[in-house]
Amino acid sequence: MWIYEKKLQYPVRVDTTNPTLAAMIIEQFGGADGELSAGIRYLTQRWTMPTNQAKAILTDIGTEELAHWEIVGTLVWKLVKDATIDQIKGTPFEAHYVNHGKSPFPHDAAGVPWSAKFINSKGDPIADLHEDMAAEQKARATYEWLINISDDPGVIDTLRFLRQREIVHFQRFGEALRIVQEELDRKKYY
Amino acid sequence: MDREQKLLLKEMMEIGFALVETNLYLDTHPTDERALRLHNSYSQKYSELKSLYEARYGLLTFMGMSGCPWSYINGPWPWEINFDI
Repeated sequence: MWIYEKKLQYPVRVDTTNPTLAAMIIEQFGGADGELSAGIRYLTQRWTMPTNQAKAILTDIGTEELAHWEIVGTLVWKLVKDATIDQIKGTPFEAHYVNHGKSPFPHDAAGVPWSAKFINSKGDPIADLHEDMAAEQKARATYEWLINISDDPGVIDTLRFLRQREIVHFQRFGEALRIVQEELDRKKYY
Repeated sequence: MDREQKLLLKEMMEIGFALVETNLYLDTHPTDERALRLHNSYSQKYSELKSLYEARYGLLTFMGMSGCPWSYINGPWPWEINFDI
């Protein structure tokens, strides 16, 4: 089960009102390589993992991704909460606003809604862990593009934190993959 | 949220994050005794800070004990906090 703890993983600071930036950052809220995809992907893959280390790492990284989803939603919210209609009109956030108001919603920066098509669970631990390592690198790249287009110091600070987490997760998935490979090799010669 | 509450919350968030890191590391290095010692000392510190915070400002999870009214619902909620000190 899960227990909500009433705190963010990172103290999200946003220094400006910027609906355009919010509309771009929403990529990581509901996009293919975003935090929701990551969380659902890893938590779904747990059932067929052969070792305790792999079961644990998917559970714990999957859970951390949900905390990151909350951080990204908070970035989006803080960027738009004080925006006037005039500040929204003519920006890429306008299309979001007419459907969702100022609420975050899981779609990507182009407005495509989140879909389970973004993830997979193959029932094969080698295939799944390789997908997970690729997903972390794709998310890292997305954070780099987002940092490149951001001009809010608070937002950049939080995006850099999230980018670093992708690198740590890649490392841990690589270790889990090695452990799983050793386990499968060991079984072969039994 | 006053300055004192914010400082305590941020300290707890820092230790909580350190625990996330030791957790992930230990998942794939379960026999690393140095990492385990680090995890256990953060764990103890976190319990102390959480007890102190919840006694002063209300519950962080539904599992704790509360006076009346139910303090779990106290604002601000995490996404509403201005973290500037």
